[in-house]
Amino acid sequence: MEHLLKINQLSKSYGGISACEDIYFDLYPGQVLGIVGESGSGKSTLLNAIAGHLAVDSGEIIYLDPQGNTHIVNQLPEIKRRWLMRTEWGFVQQNPRNGLLMKVSAGGNIASRLLDVGQRHYGQIRDTATHWLEQVEIDPKRIDDLPGTFSGGMQQRLQLARVLVTQPRLILMDEPTGGLDVSVQARLLDLLRSLVRNFHLSLIIVTHDIGVVRLLSHRLIVMQKGKVVESGLTDQVLDDPQHPYTQLLVSATLTP
Amino acid sequence: MSNETGYNFGYLDEQTKRSIRRAILKAIAIPGHQIPFSSREMPMSYGWGTGGIQVTASVIGQNDVLKVIDQGADDTSNAVNIRRFFRKVCGVATTEKTAQATLIQTRHRIPETPLKAGQTIVYQVPIPEPLQWLQPSTRETKKMHALEDYGAMYVKLYEDITKYGHIATSYDYPVMVHDRYLMSPSPIPRFDNPKMNMNPALQLFGAGREKRIYAVPPYTKVESLDFADYPFTVERWDKACEFCGSRTSYLDEVVLDDAGKRMWICSDTDYCRESQEAGNGTFVEN
Repeated sequence: MEHLLKINQLSKSYGGISACEDIYFDLYPGQVLGIVGESGSGKSTLLNAIAGHLAVDSGEIIYLDPQGNTHIVNQLPEIKRRWLMRTEWGFVQQNPRNGLLMKVSAGGNIASRLLDVGQRHYGQIRDTATHWLEQVEIDPKRIDDLPGTFSGGMQQRLQLARVLVTQPRLILMDEPTGGLDVSVQARLLDLLRSLVRNFHLSLIIVTHDIGVVRLLSHRLIVMQKGKVVESGLTDQVLDDPQHPYTQLLVSATLTP
Repeated sequence: MSNETGYNFGYLDEQTKRSIRRAILKAIAIPGHQIPFSSREMPMSYGWGTGGIQVTASVIGQNDVLKVIDQGADDTSNAVNIRRFFRKVCGVATTEKTAQATLIQTRHRIPETPLKAGQTIVYQVPIPEPLQWLQPSTRETKKMHALEDYGAMYVKLYEDITKYGHIATSYDYPVMVHDRYLMSPSPIPRFDNPKMNMNPALQLFGAGREKRIYAVPPYTKVESLDFADYPFTVERWDKACEFCGSRTSYLDEVVLDDAGKRMWICSDTDYCRESQEAGNGTFVEN
């Protein structure tokens, strides 16, 4: 099987501070990749660099599209990169307020990606929005409500619906469960797992919550001070950590 | 009539007029694209048509016949004063008849009488950026124009239909010019939007405070944004003009007293007078 995304020797520094150094990994279709590490380890920088929110210093982000063409994403012209982020890729922010249009109704939020890619039939857009609200377990009756009237968990699911509507192949998530209480987290993770299975999605999830990656991800990358210190199958890394930092991370996790 | 001594022809100095003409030429070359220009202080406050006046002053010639309208009318203070201003600083002939004018400066309307090839219409524009209400950052709106990234505008129309059942924008209704640039048509009622499409006249837009000029060359496609199942429509009245009886022109509602009495009359005074002279002036009972 061919990889969907390949990261090659990716580096990014802020002045003298190196945030990511020679990061490399492959991602295959249908795979969930977890990136864990403490605050300041460079995991969010890595995710934002892949999404094109940040310019990288060196290295390549290689993406294989459904037609079998490879693209070096960090060298694409902006118009193509925006298009990619709206069609085949998606980004889910930690704080849904950053990923949603808060002054636009839930339906309008979902519609925006369809309108961005040129759909111009109101009735069809509305039907699609209703469908995706159901998919993320939000009552379609609330289609005309503002996101501000939604709970935190619902906002996060709405953000997910907004991204899923163009049926992307790759979704990048930055701490998707951050700030949610435990039962809501569980529901969101459950939903994510079924979406990954049903739609053959690939996910990259950045988190500091070991529980999230244990439940969701197939493979795991552990980062410390901008470097990958350990990577492998999630169970393997978590059950038999090799690097001292990973050992510390695993032993520091609270287990109920 | 000759122009008053002490003023250059057209009030602006020749170098300024040249620089504005360069901006106008550039604007004509890229239909719908906003071109920055060095807007000058004019002897009136912003909001009174300083952009339109600078454009008019730069393109007006000694043989031009100028018509100025404000909300369709030739006799409102804004129109009268701008007309007098140009008579004073250019000494050109002025008219109230659309068909006789070679140059028309307008605020908020396009004349009902169809424009002809060879005529130029200059719009006064308060806010040239149609995306400003959606995206306050100019840096970002410029990028949106460059990348033809107009989804956000449609999100607004989507919200309109969701809230009101129809697209509620009634004036300054955004248009796509030449299938490329999203353009603000200045605050004309959407009734006038279809007149911009494939118009034989040259259409110039000047925004003085915002320092932008843009243009629609003759015979250019101008499309109002809409949805496939919610097509663009114009206003209709179930009344006729009480002076000329027209049922096809844009009507203004005039409140007559504080007892709720009102009348409906043509907003285009020249069109109304002409159709009255043509014998259509019978009073129509509503």
